[in-house]
Amino acid sequence: MADMAQLIEPVIPSLRRYARTFVRDAGAADDLVQDTLERAVSRWHQRRSDGDTRTWLFTILHNLAVNHLRRAARRGRELPLDDAGESDVAVPSAQEDALRYDDILAAVGQLPEDQRGVLLLVSLEDVSYADAARILDIPIGTVMSRLARARARLLKLVEEHGKPVSDRPYLRRVQ
Amino acid sequence: MTFSQPITEDDLHGFVDHLLDTARRSEVQIYLNAHPEIAARIAAFGRQREAVRTAAAPIADEPIPPQLNLRHVMEARRRPRAWSWRAIAASVLLLVVGGAGGWSLRDMAIEHSETGGVAALAQEAAYTFDVYGVDRSHPVEFGAKDKAQLINWIASRIGRTVSVPDLTASGYAFMGGRLVATPHGAAGLLMYSNALGQRLAMLVRPMAIDKDTRMSEHSYGDIHGFAWASKGTGISVVGPASADLLHPIADEVRRQEGETI
Repeated sequence: MADMAQLIEPVIPSLRRYARTFVRDAGAADDLVQDTLERAVSRWHQRRSDGDTRTWLFTILHNLAVNHLRRAARRGRELPLDDAGESDVAVPSAQEDALRYDDILAAVGQLPEDQRGVLLLVSLEDVSYADAARILDIPIGTVMSRLARARARLLKLVEEHGKPVSDRPYLRRVQ
Repeated sequence: MTFSQPITEDDLHGFVDHLLDTARRSEVQIYLNAHPEIAARIAAFGRQREAVRTAAAPIADEPIPPQLNLRHVMEARRRPRAWSWRAIAASVLLLVVGGAGGWSLRDMAIEHSETGGVAALAQEAAYTFDVYGVDRSHPVEFGAKDKAQLINWIASRIGRTVSVPDLTASGYAFMGGRLVATPHGAAGLLMYSNALGQRLAMLVRPMAIDKDTRMSEHSYGDIHGFAWASKGTGISVVGPASADLLHPIADEVRRQEGETI
């Protein structure tokens, strides 16, 4: 059991970071990580003994996150209030640096889900291409083509003046 | 300049992600020096990568909140087992008073089944299993490979989304399912079987009463079941397996369905 904690605990910060950048909702992201940990603990003995714990945890998390987004899409898109950063409300002026931190993550959030997953796993979580293929259950060639498309698309989104979300008004600020 | 291998797009991304070995990396570098336009694109990808990392880095630095503390997660998992001992103690007590109170309990169950509560659901699940659970030629109408179609069908008739629990961990594979009739409207039946060909099934339908009811055990002849309801959706897991075997499976179904209901 101590062994399990030692292998899982160091991965938790990365899992949170991936979940939050992937679903763009801090509360939902932590719920997904919690579900991931619960599953990992209850299925610890079923994991492949030759497999890597980190890859295994990311696989569980990614599947839960995709299901979460599907359900959210069915209910209609929601933007959580506390996640709506200033960049969602105010359009940054053209003089402002287009590469503000919030903007780049908002731009990542605009990528199609399959491209976003690959980009975040590879660029942010330092997952190898082969492990990304395992986590996403796709051939490695698909990982590479999605990564290429994600990077090109993200450049475009940021070039459009760091206002990737400004063309769609949010009417959610109610307080 | 010739290279050990032609430079591929994959190499360029590997360059951005620092995943190339030294020899290949220097080859790509030479290639980029000779192709400024491509080099500009690759440099932009590199800046983009750094921007994403810098922006997201603070998330991993935050202190871990209590619900993500692994010790707590491990502890919470142990608790239900302790609870079941209390349930066993309670059922022993019920057996003791059973001689005198048995019939009135039975009457209550019948009353309940007439009004469509969880007891009725459990009975419907047992009857349904009695018919389809032993059927060798057409146990299901939609097989596992038509899962999406099956789920749409059930969802459209019972008015709520259903997910197919994954019970492979318990040794049961999803076979498929069908829509069935109950005295309380349409219900979805999902069937599973293990390597020995033993089956179990899950019946799901909306609840007009007993909308949120804790899991309880039921037996009808050889068929055992565990039924409960959450947020207006009732589920009963039934099969010929012993209650001891079925209980953890029912717990697993409840856990997985809890995420979707």
